[in-house]
Parts: sequence; structure tokens; C-alpha cells
Amino acid sequence: MPTYNLKINGSSQSIEAAEDTPLLWALRDQLDMVGTKFGCGIGQCGACTVHVDGNATRSCQLQISQLDGKEITTIEGLSEDGSHPVQEAWKAIDVPQCGYCQAGQIMTASAFLEKNPNPSREEIRNAMTGNICRCASYNRIENAVAKAAEKKMA
Amino acid sequence: MSSTIQTKFSRRSFLRTSSLASGGMLIGFNFFTACKDTVKMPVDISKLDYNDFNAFIKISKEGMVTLFSPNPEIGQGVKTSMPMIIAEELDVAWENVNVVQGILDTQNYVRQVAGGSQSIRFGWDALRQTGAFARQMLVNAAAAKWGVDASECTAKQGVITNAKGETLGYGDVVDEAAALEAERAAKRKALIESLAEGEQPPAETIELKDPKDYTLIGTDVGNVDIDKIITGKPLFGLDYKAEGMVYASVLRPPAFGQVLESYDDTEAKAMPGVIDVIKIGEKAKAMLEKEQIDWTAKLAPSEKVVVIAENSWAAIKAKKTIKALWSDGSPLESTKAHDKILMDLLDGKDFTNLRKDGDVKKAFKQADKVVERTYESPFLPHNCMEPMNFYANVTDSKIHLVGPVQTPASAASTVANLLGRDEKDIRLEMTRMGGGFGRRLYGDFVYEAAEISDKIRRPVKMFSTREDDMTTGVYRPAIKYRIAASIKDGEITGYHLKEAAVGGNMYGLIPNFFPAGALDNYQVDVAKYDSNITTGAWRAPYTNFLSYAEQSFLDELAEDMGKDPVQMRLDMLEKVKGTTDDRIQYSAERLQDVLKLAVEKSGYRTPKDGVFQGVCAYYCHNTHVAEVADVVMKNNRPVIQKITVAVDCGIVINPLGAKNQIEGGAIDGVGHSMYGDFGFENGMPTANNYDKYRLIRMNETPIVETHFVKNTLSPTGLGEPTLPPAGAAVAIAMKKATGNRMYKQPFATNMASKPILG
Repeated sequence: MPTYNLKINGSSQSIEAAEDTPLLWALRDQLDMVGTKFGCGIGQCGACTVHVDGNATRSCQLQISQLDGKEITTIEGLSEDGSHPVQEAWKAIDVPQCGYCQAGQIMTASAFLEKNPNPSREEIRNAMTGNICRCASYNRIENAVAKAAEKKMA
Repeated sequence: MSSTIQTKFSRRSFLRTSSLASGGMLIGFNFFTACKDTVKMPVDISKLDYNDFNAFIKISKEGMVTLFSPNPEIGQGVKTSMPMIIAEELDVAWENVNVVQGILDTQNYVRQVAGGSQSIRFGWDALRQTGAFARQMLVNAAAAKWGVDASECTAKQGVITNAKGETLGYGDVVDEAAALEAERAAKRKALIESLAEGEQPPAETIELKDPKDYTLIGTDVGNVDIDKIITGKPLFGLDYKAEGMVYASVLRPPAFGQVLESYDDTEAKAMPGVIDVIKIGEKAKAMLEKEQIDWTAKLAPSEKVVVIAENSWAAIKAKKTIKALWSDGSPLESTKAHDKILMDLLDGKDFTNLRKDGDVKKAFKQADKVVERTYESPFLPHNCMEPMNFYANVTDSKIHLVGPVQTPASAASTVANLLGRDEKDIRLEMTRMGGGFGRRLYGDFVYEAAEISDKIRRPVKMFSTREDDMTTGVYRPAIKYRIAASIKDGEITGYHLKEAAVGGNMYGLIPNFFPAGALDNYQVDVAKYDSNITTGAWRAPYTNFLSYAEQSFLDELAEDMGKDPVQMRLDMLEKVKGTTDDRIQYSAERLQDVLKLAVEKSGYRTPKDGVFQGVCAYYCHNTHVAEVADVVMKNNRPVIQKITVAVDCGIVINPLGAKNQIEGGAIDGVGHSMYGDFGFENGMPTANNYDKYRLIRMNETPIVETHFVKNTLSPTGLGEPTLPPAGAAVAIAMKKATGNRMYKQPFATNMASKPILG
């Protein structure tokens, strides 16, 4: 099986896997980074969202053979200690119910706020619409994104 | 005033401790009551450094407290709220508390089930007592050390103080307290064993706090797993790994009714990463035939093909290459046929009566008018975000099971039966669950994992893909309700509810929910169609749809009679007050109060221009809820802007967590009544992933505003009760906004012909 070198959370990782292996499964099964979640496998739910060169991307739709030279950030690498403004806002608002989708929500929110640091409520709602929360913690997700934006602006 | 609780146990009760069905909240609840030989003494004197104070509490010498949360955590918040109850009575500072998920332990815990919104309600007395008993032992130990009477000492926030003002921390006396506790338990055990059959031991009493003295209960406490969740640490079943673990993906029949004939795994076996392809299901099939297994999946009559691989992706890919032949074991069913069957049932006479008050027939005959409406709902999959999965490691000596299951005790006992093993050999650990909604009450995925590991004799993680999960589910049954009411002189004089359901009918308590008791002539009849499609509990079973049907119907009746829908309900409830009918489940006063609160807080009496409001009140799962939906028209489309929720769940343990449940339940109720659509064609589900199955998303989500009725009544659960009223409130508001009554869910699909919904 071929070997791929991926740059994940700032460090180089070597993975021996089939070329069509989705980044999601390489992270979870081979690199023991299970923060990135499997939800649907077809890019519809957002639970597997990571950053690729700063863009929120569905890791279930990315084959490891396509990621040469790309900077990948996962929930484990968003901050060293959970201190990213989005993570802190998530904690302050106490967003999660079951918690399963939240890493993906946080990754979508953090990439969004990098591009739009001062969003309107409408923009937040639209930006987060690709991520499903089956527990429907949507009100709190919206509030947490708004809070993180305030914090970033401050 | 503090309350004293007497804990009573009969010898007979003790003998029943292993039975979860006994349901008693005190029986066998913990170390204090345990008298079986098999019960490990909770205090190992040689390891007193970090004490197993009892099955719930450990206290270190430094005064740090570990609390074990007994019930499965599915996102309903009990891993935070149940330990809060212990901590309140134990009287420790929450920042010194570490919460750990307890494992399955039928000796020490009772009702380790996440379901029916019952964890808090059942746990309330017992959790308070366990904390209070532990606190008392710590006080007793300190008093003994000082040589004073325990009544002269007080305990607060982990510190015991005597009359002279001297202090000792819980950690300073934990060894002595644990020894006292062990001694007390041994005495108690001896006493109980000396009793004759049926003889009652003297009650033990323990003083509990007055709710007004609570310092933790009623305050906002964040989710105990928050740091792990936001940093992506392993928490869920799918995250669990063990040395040497392999991955298993199961190929199940694509249609309900089909069974495996044969399969060709040549290609799969040759694929890189694939370890083996095996067949399972023989054991389950044999047990099902003997009716020994609560095998939820009707897929069980079929054997299944399992790919065992080194990683998930290899398993997923290889499964797609297996060429399986399936034959029809039973007729393949479709939604179209179900629609006709259910209508025929409603038109027919073959019903089981669940409640009959007065004479509905006579009331209908004497009426000025009879209104009859039929309400229809589709099947619904649960769609937990974390697909079904379980870890199993079956060896000759032990069975180790780890994963997300709402009913660990029954899962373990079924695995023991299935594999012909002793239940004592099983260790079952519960992980945090990526949602439950009822799906994880059914342990089919646990049995599969166990059977696979039993065959390959390796640690294995069985996992479903989203497609597996959605197409081999245990669905909310498709149901139709027909409700008829007679009106005479401007009053409702009779009410007749008929249910026709695929799979199973409403449980026996439901006919005693509102409006039962409010009408002299009231009747509930049910009929069902036995299907080969598996159906079961889905968040707020039956009421998730019935509430919408009944509350919409009441609104229509009010409109018909020219009555105010709020006043009509208040008047109906007035009649229930003081009822002597002990079958009635709800409190008329409490339902009136939540209705009034929702009306007040939503501004229902003074609606803003362009805002259309729908109001309803409903009781289920021991909690009283009223909701008001605000709908506005935007670009000629109705938009659900806000849901105001008024809740009476008694004492609110953790308002922060409680509101989360309330918000989620209401939005879930809106989402599924608007969009949830699922059916079958030739036994095959019509959707298998989120591209074909629509769940509510952020841009469609209303703002939820929560208001509690404040009282000091015993707490009830919140995982389900706010879901059922939401669909009703929306349907009623939509009627006002669009002029159309909605008789069929999902609303979005069934209004699609009218150009007002996207």
C-alpha cells in the first residue's frame, strides 16, 4: 500500500493506506485522532469538518492521495488547550447536548469567522446550515458563534 | 423545613434486586441496601487512600470527590444532573467533584436505562439519600474523632464543623467514615437476614435538605464532558479502541422481509485490509424461533454477511463488492399499501378499547353536530448522529462490551443468552452516546458485535454506515388517528379517538392523558397492522404525533364553536380538578398553569402585526408543557420564527441543561413535523442518507424561549416532553397564517402543492 505524508496540525504524519481512503478514516483509524466524527459519509452532515488550508472541508469527501502539501487542521489542533475563541464560546454557552456533531460545528464556525469576523445573525445561520445537529442545539450554536465573533473583535 | 425520608426494604424486596423490572428506586439501589453475597463490599480497607465510599461516591484524602453517574448519557444531561443531586446532599463544592460514568452494575444501581424521561424522576429520592447517608457517616466519623455527639456537628461544602468551631475536611475522616459505613452495612445485612419472610425491617431514616437550602440544585452547571467535547477527545462508542481491535461491517437484507440465500465474497476477501468475511445470525435466528430474544430487528430471521477488516474504510469498501442473493421470507411491504390498510382499519370495527367513559355513541346521536378528522404520519428513522456501533471482545473467560446503549442491563442479559454464557462473565461499559432518541433502547447492534467476536475470537468494533443505520432501523411507526367529537349547545359532549398503527399501538397510560377526564363521554380505541418492518420507541413514543393530532383537533373545535382556544382548554381542565379517577395521569392545575404562562410570555393576547400564533398544552412523561408557535409570512411562505415554551417539571435540577433539552425537544418537534418523511417500497426504505432524508437545519430553526413554572415538587424529566406540543403549535399557527389546516405530516411535503413552502 502506498505511503502518504500529510501535514496535520502542524506536524508531518506518514500514513500507509489505500489511495482512496478518506481523510476522515485515516484520521480516526490510523492516526487515533477521533475528534473528527463520522456522520453520513457523503458530505451532507458536517460532522467530519476539518480545515484544509483554512477552508472548512468535509473530510469524508477528501482522499488522502489528494492532500499533498495541504495544511490540515482538525479539532485536536484548533488550539492546544481548548482556548480558541470558538471553543471558549462553546463552553460559555454550554452548547452540546449529545456532543457528537460539535467538533464539526466548531470547525465550520472557526473557519467562517476567519473569513467573516463580524457576521450578522443571518450570516451565521446561513454559514452553519451545512452542519446537522440532531439534538437541535441550534439556538446555542448560533449564540456561541456570535459570542466568539464578539470576543475576536474585542 | 427539611424532610426525613424513611427507607423501607422488605426481605422480599431484596430477593428481587437483580430484576431491573422491579423498578423500585430504593431496592438494591446501593451499598446501603445490598445484602447479596455477590455484592462486593464497597470499602476495601486496604485501599482506603481513594475510597470507594459506595457505588456512587469516592472521596480522596484531599477531599476530592468522584461521583459515578449510573445512567446512560444520550445527550439528555443526566451525567451532569444526577451527580448534582448527590453532591447537593453530600454537600461538597462542585469544583471538587469529578464525574465518571458508572458501568453496568445491576447489584448496586437500579434502572440504568435512558428512556421515557425517567432517570431524574426515578433517581430523585435515591440519589438524595445516597448523598445524605454519606454525609451523615462523615459527620459521625468526625464526631467520634472529636469525642462529641454527631448532632453538634454540621457539614457544609466538604467541611465538618463542631460546636467549638473546630473543622475537619471530608478527606480527613473518610477512612473512619468508610469503616463506619462498612460496619453499619454489615449490621443491616445481618438484621435483614435474620428476618422471617415477609417481615419488615425497621425503616432507616435520613434527613434531607429543604429545597430552599439548596446551593447547587437550581444553579446553572455546565456539561461535565464539555472540555472533552470541544477538544475532540475520545468519548463516544465509535471512538473506543482496544489493542488488537478489528472492524466489522454487516451486510443486512436490503428490504424488510428478505432473507439471505447465498453470497459471493471472492472479491471482498481479496481486497487489501480485509481479514475475513463471515456469516452470522444462526444463533439469533434459533433464539428468535424459540421466542427467547427480544430481537428488535425483524431482519433477524435472516443471516447476515460480515466483513472483518483492519480498518473501517476497508470494511466499507469490501462490503459493497459482496454479491448477495436475497429471497422473500415474508411479503415485501410498501407505504402505499400501509396507507390503505390503516384507512381500512379506521373504517372497520376491529378495535381494542383502551378507555371508555360514558356513552360516546349516545352523545354523537344527540349532538347538533359531529366533527371528524383524520391525521396521518409517516414512519421516522431515529438518525442518531453517531451511527449504531458496539465493541465486543468475547473470550473463553470473559465478555467485554463497550459502547452506546440505552438499555445496558437487557443488552447484557440477551448477549449471555445468545452466546450461552453466564451473565457474570460480562462487563459492559457505557460510552457517551451520539444521540439515542429511542433507537439505542434496542440492542440489536450489541448482539451483532458479540456474535461476531464470539465467532472470530478477536476484539471487534461493529459499526454501521449512515446507510446501514437508516435502512435497518427500528422506526417510529406510521400511524393514523381519527378523532370525532360531538358538539351540542356549544359544548363538546363526546370525544372518540381511534388509532391505526403499523407495528404496535399506544401504551396504556396515554388514554389517560388530557383530554381524558375533561369529557363525560370519552373513548379511545386502537387497532394495529402486524408488519415485518421493525418499529419501536422514537422520542416521546406515540405522543410525538398524537399531541399534534389532538391539539390541532381541539383548536379546530374551538374555531368551529367560536370559542377562544385557550379559554376552552382552561374550562375543560377546570372540570378535571378534584377528579377521583386515579387513572388520570396529569394535574389539571399544572396544565392550566403552564398554558397561562405560555400565553402570558408569548404575548398571545396582544399579537404583533403579521405574527400568527398557535397555542397548545400537553402532558406526557410526567411533565406539563405548553407551547406557542409564532409564524410569519415571508415572500408568501410561512416561517416559524419562535417557540415560547412553558414547562412544569417540578424542581429544575440544572436550569442550563434543562433549557438545552427544552430547546432541542421543541426544535426537534418542529423539524420532524415539518420535514420528517420516510416510507417503504417493496420492503425497501425510501431514503438511506441525508441527501434524501431532510432534517431541520440552522436556517430553518425557530428561536426557543423557555419559562419554568417555579415550585418545589419532585423533579420530572425533560428529554421528551417538549417535543410533542411543538408540531401542534406549528400546525395551529400555520392555519392562521395560511388558512389551511394540516392533517398530514410532514407539513412541508404535504403543502408542497401550494406555493407557500420551500
